[in-house]
Amino acid sequence: MSNAAVAARRNRWSHGLGQNAGFALALVLLAASIVVYCAIYFIAQRRLPGGFELTTTVNNTMPLVFAGVGQAIVVITRGIDLSIGGVIDLTNAIAALYLGDSLLSMAGCSLLVLLVGAACGLFNGLLVTYGRVQPILVTLATLAIFQGLAIRVLPSPGGQVPSEFTAVFANIEAPWSLVYIAIVIGFWFCFRRTSLGVGLYAIGNDELAAQAHAVNVIRTRVAAYVLSGVFAAVAGLFMAASSTSGDALTGNGYTLRSIVAVVLGGVNLFGGRGTPVGAIVGAFISVMIVNILFFAQIDPLYQSFFEGLFLVVAVLASGGVGHFIRARA
Amino acid sequence: MQALIGASLSASFGEVHALVGENGAGKSTLIKALGGRLRPDSGAIEIKEERVSFARPEDAHAYGVRTVFQELTLLPWMTVAENLLIGREPRGPFGLIRRRRTEQEAEALLASLGVEHIDPLALVEDLSLAERQVIEIVRAINARPEILLLDEPTSSLVEREVKWLFREIRKLRDANTCIIFTSHRWNEIRDIADRITVFRGGRHVGTFIEIEESDAVTLMTGRRVEALYPALPPLASDEPALAVNKLTGRRVNDVSFVLKRGELLGVGGLAGHGHRELFFQLFGAERTTSGTISVNGRQVRLKNPRDGIRHGVGLALVPEDRKAEGLLLAVSVRNNLSLSIMRRISHGGVLRFGFERRLAQAIVTRLKVRTPSLGHPVGALSGGNQQKVLIGRWLLAEPRILLLYDITRGVDVATKRELYELIVHLAAQGHSILFYSSDAEELARLSHRVLVMREGRIAAELEEPDITAERVVAAALKDTVDE
Repeated sequence: MSNAAVAARRNRWSHGLGQNAGFALALVLLAASIVVYCAIYFIAQRRLPGGFELTTTVNNTMPLVFAGVGQAIVVITRGIDLSIGGVIDLTNAIAALYLGDSLLSMAGCSLLVLLVGAACGLFNGLLVTYGRVQPILVTLATLAIFQGLAIRVLPSPGGQVPSEFTAVFANIEAPWSLVYIAIVIGFWFCFRRTSLGVGLYAIGNDELAAQAHAVNVIRTRVAAYVLSGVFAAVAGLFMAASSTSGDALTGNGYTLRSIVAVVLGGVNLFGGRGTPVGAIVGAFISVMIVNILFFAQIDPLYQSFFEGLFLVVAVLASGGVGHFIRARA
Repeated sequence: MQALIGASLSASFGEVHALVGENGAGKSTLIKALGGRLRPDSGAIEIKEERVSFARPEDAHAYGVRTVFQELTLLPWMTVAENLLIGREPRGPFGLIRRRRTEQEAEALLASLGVEHIDPLALVEDLSLAERQVIEIVRAINARPEILLLDEPTSSLVEREVKWLFREIRKLRDANTCIIFTSHRWNEIRDIADRITVFRGGRHVGTFIEIEESDAVTLMTGRRVEALYPALPPLASDEPALAVNKLTGRRVNDVSFVLKRGELLGVGGLAGHGHRELFFQLFGAERTTSGTISVNGRQVRLKNPRDGIRHGVGLALVPEDRKAEGLLLAVSVRNNLSLSIMRRISHGGVLRFGFERRLAQAIVTRLKVRTPSLGHPVGALSGGNQQKVLIGRWLLAEPRILLLYDITRGVDVATKRELYELIVHLAAQGHSILFYSSDAEELARLSHRVLVMREGRIAAELEEPDITAERVVAAALKDTVDE
């Protein structure tokens, strides 16, 4: 009986597909959106998009990639971080104001920005855990706080970002930013294999059960918000680099956009399921949709209408497909 | 602590010690205190003559104490392998978890305990309740405990898995492990326990090496309970109340039967053989692909539970996953009772509170639901009383046909007897009752007829006086045994 039972099992690919249907679907959506984009681009421009389009698309997407990864980490723990936009505002303002021309200044200031992001996340995390306030309330409040601080730091758009800094982070010559995506994926690959990484999923699955398995719930949850703050700070830094100046309002759209990226990437908003890598894919999908709408010459006023429509369809599809694959066991 | 008053217990290594008592007697509370889930207000726990105090489960783990809890502590969207080895994953370079190795170790662990039919790569969510319970037990055994606490480990297991568990328990006992477990199933207790401790009302009543069930029940309840099973009322008529013809749906294959007016029709079979789905389909909670259902000779289509209620079909089912189906635990007894008849007791969309209260009070009195008040949240009641509320809800809807799905699981003897009386009484009043039970004895003693399901089909139909628990089990197992 034992051999028969083992032989009757589904192989690991079948399991992987069924259990990560959301992610698989995100990849399919991304491929489809790239194909549609190329087709529409070809019709409009009579040529295929080239290296320049690739570079700008990647650079345009990078802040959302970082914001999405941070959001995904929090969402996996069954939380939500609405303050991401505020952290981007604040860190972007600080970066634009203090980045100097010397290497030391650039390194030091970047580190400072990351620390500010971490501190913002820590504040959120402590309020959520020790303060026992729902994440949505905490981060809604801190969103406003961080936005206020950002305005205080940089009342009007300005500041100067050294060109070397731009060349390193948001190079417009070639899609170097893809390297950062590889680094983020590598980071996640390792992080997922630590106790903290397992803990994120465990508390997203069932907090009481996680506790019973000796997961340190408070530490894990705080870590998730800190990581989210750091990733938002990276996004702020990146935006400073690519626009070569700062703006205390620049991050405002990113709270909602990061949630969209997370959902499109197959991360379940109820926690415990999905991966930040999916959020990266989701970020690219949502940028590709904007590109498609642009080249299809759809009135920008209707843009959010179509984005919303697409989001609904994508989410419904990912739920349905995953169910279908697993039900066929 | 209120659930436990000055209770004491001593157990030895190399012993299987059973805790018995009614629901709310404090067995689970004691298990929690021993496992570090609850802190006693006073008193001491000694392990090997050393006084210990557990603030957290990890403290208990350090002393080799492991617990398998009644409410499952698995992570649903993680794999079996991750669940089995969380916190103990094999590490590779830089202390990173080696996932492939984790899977292999889980596979080896499952094989070493003889449960290789569970796939380590599957998500826990996709396992049956019994399989999840097995995983919980495997987890605890794998920690090589010196003291193993099991809180009603068999309540969600079927025959085959119970056998498996007892084999493992005996192995542990022979390796000098102390095993303390609670159960409501007397034949299991007799089967495996070396000593039996009886609790009543949070107090220790006595510890015995051998005790007859009737004596134990007397000690547990504080009064004599006569015959557990009431006499069946004679079948009054041959009139069909519910006729099912070639019903086919998920896990249900070509099922036909007739339920007569006032009949108690039992359904038996192993878990996963389609009876659960059959009940859902008859209630309209699950779609069917073909076949017909007739109520009182009229063919009906049940697309959702509302249709079921409208045609006079009521389903009381004990949720497999205690919180998932049926009762709203945080809501009052009264609102839970009136949930399915909201429309009838409302006037112009406004609930008539007085009417609701009278109806709810009548049910609480009739079913002897032990609740401090009608406004008390259902979640705070004991398991047996929750079950009564569930049945009471359907009685309020005045169904002619009642589907009762394993309503006595995890219920103490005294409440069981009350439920039996209720069922028989309802049948005598002309209600037609289709009921499934995981307890074969119960099916045999409470049914006019028993249908045994196997692989979605009705494999056998037993009729009085041929119904015995052994025959029910044999019919359910037939193919499995032949293998």
